[in-house]
Amino acid sequence: MVASLIELAGICKSYGLGTEVEVEVLHGIGLALAEGEFAALIGPSGSGKSTLLNLIGLLEPPTAGSYTILGRETSALTDDEITALRGRTIGFVFQFHHLLPAFTATENVLLPGLIADGPITPARRESARQLLRDVGLAERLDYPPRKLSGGQQQRVAIARALALSSPLVLADEPTGNLDTHAADEIFALMRRFNRERGTAFLIVTHDPRLARRCDRIIELVDGRIASDRANDAVATPSA
Amino acid sequence: MPFEWVVALRFLREGRFQTALIVGGVAAGVAVFIFITALVNGLQANTIRRTLGTQAHIVVRPAEEVARSQRSNAAGTEAMPSVEARAQRLRSIDQWQPLEAELARTPGIVDVSPMVSGPGFGVRGDASKSIAIIGIDPVRYNRIVAIGDKLVDGEFRVQAGEAVLGRDLALDLGIGIGDRVRLVTAANEVITADTFTVTGIVDLGVRELNRRTVYVGLRTAQNLLSLPGGASQLDLTVTNLFDAERIAQLLAARTGLTVESWMKTNEQLLAAINAQTVTTRMIRLFVAAIVVLGVASVLVVSVVQKRREIGILRAMGAPGAKIQRVFLLQGAIVALTGSVLGCGLAATMMLVFLKLARNADGTPLFDLVIEPQLFAIASAGAVVCGLLAAVAPARRAAALDPAQAIRM
Repeated sequence: MVASLIELAGICKSYGLGTEVEVEVLHGIGLALAEGEFAALIGPSGSGKSTLLNLIGLLEPPTAGSYTILGRETSALTDDEITALRGRTIGFVFQFHHLLPAFTATENVLLPGLIADGPITPARRESARQLLRDVGLAERLDYPPRKLSGGQQQRVAIARALALSSPLVLADEPTGNLDTHAADEIFALMRRFNRERGTAFLIVTHDPRLARRCDRIIELVDGRIASDRANDAVATPSA
Repeated sequence: MPFEWVVALRFLREGRFQTALIVGGVAAGVAVFIFITALVNGLQANTIRRTLGTQAHIVVRPAEEVARSQRSNAAGTEAMPSVEARAQRLRSIDQWQPLEAELARTPGIVDVSPMVSGPGFGVRGDASKSIAIIGIDPVRYNRIVAIGDKLVDGEFRVQAGEAVLGRDLALDLGIGIGDRVRLVTAANEVITADTFTVTGIVDLGVRELNRRTVYVGLRTAQNLLSLPGGASQLDLTVTNLFDAERIAQLLAARTGLTVESWMKTNEQLLAAINAQTVTTRMIRLFVAAIVVLGVASVLVVSVVQKRREIGILRAMGAPGAKIQRVFLLQGAIVALTGSVLGCGLAATMMLVFLKLARNADGTPLFDLVIEPQLFAIASAGAVVCGLLAAVAPARRAAALDPAQAIRM
């Protein structure tokens, strides 16, 4: 049996707690993601996808419920412990890539390591450059983000999310800002890393065409999981 | 290089226009701070030097003689309530030699020099002028007042039968080096007269003094003024000029003599110097406040501009403390760079001032007081200001909610 990477039980999230405009966005979410899974999180706008992704990414705490990541219950952790756990365990890919404009492609990939492990060594620099070569940016290693296309910037963001070999990558509409061709390429890249490295991906997407290419599709409606099913249409690759 | 340094330097480089602006602001602040301080210190030192050029820091004299009223009964009722003030005759300080030795050992006192001074007349031919006879030991007196520097003709020599005259007195009497002058005194009911050869002429910087002053040897003055073996005053110098009044009060209480410091005899000058000092402090304070506000405002703007980047860094695992240090470092780097440039700018301003601000004869208007520690203090102060200014923006950056910052 595949080990559980994250487990959410009875997760609720409300905003404006204790005020007249208190709104509960997530209602008792129960969800588990196994190591190496490649899952899509779909649902209409306002269904709570991004909020759920933020909770899973430890960017926001839940109002109620239990969230366990790699066997660690997160509710009792301090802010610094949460930050360290997030840095080591979770990589992020955002719709608008969110690269740091002051740094080159290689430096952007080096940043998570700089935060977690201290000053950059030549070995880590080479490893970051190799990662960029792996995402097809061998010719753009020292380019600043502004000189890269949208697709190329998203490739850098993927490389950055994988820099610390995090077991989980959360991608919030990673192809939402790209044309179909570039979106297919980015999706294929994530799929490749999922298969080659065993990195689990949870991808928020509005694009049913891409969702259908994931192993599992979780549908969120009005802050509740409306359906959570394996996607049999995707052939499991042979080991 | 650690994370904080890498990010701080890169953020500063990215916003290079803002960075240059604020570094320039800090540099201007540091330069103004140093230049104003050196200028005012120079001005004050010059004023004090000119004022004290002919004065001791502290003068010890015999206590004034006071006429006491008669008391008629045991209750102390005065029989003669109105008593005429007593005329002050020229007297020596009792036991001045042991006192001199004791004063020389007192902490804070650098030099002691005995003096006998009193009135007289300078006579040459038909001309006679009212004079002040000053009897000194030239070597010791030179340590109190750099009298040798004031010599305009001849040499400062006051052995027996020799005298040094103020410039205007020499002119009034038509006397040059090697000429003879007769000095007449009427001290303590004894009229004394003697003839002296003029060995030197001094310019004391004050016309009235130049018109009256005659320097002779200590023993000569004792004879002329009928104070054999006496000293009518002891002149003192102190380590710290502004300690003079405190030491004077201490000595007065200890000896019962009349002790006056230059601060007491030049109260108006002191008030002006104090006013200058307060003004300089205010200027420094405003400059520091402007530096703090300048650095803080640029960093606050930087935090707002970089909210998303801060959010990403937090999402990647950067703890709030690290983000806080990034902005504190930016404040320190900006302040340090600004202070180095400011020191250079201040040095240039000083050189330009010394080159351009000159008297009609080409001599410097006055010297600036340029102390290396002033540069160090200004630089350290700028860095502290930079750090203080960065505290609020740094806290703000550290407290940013990453989820919210990324959504922006």
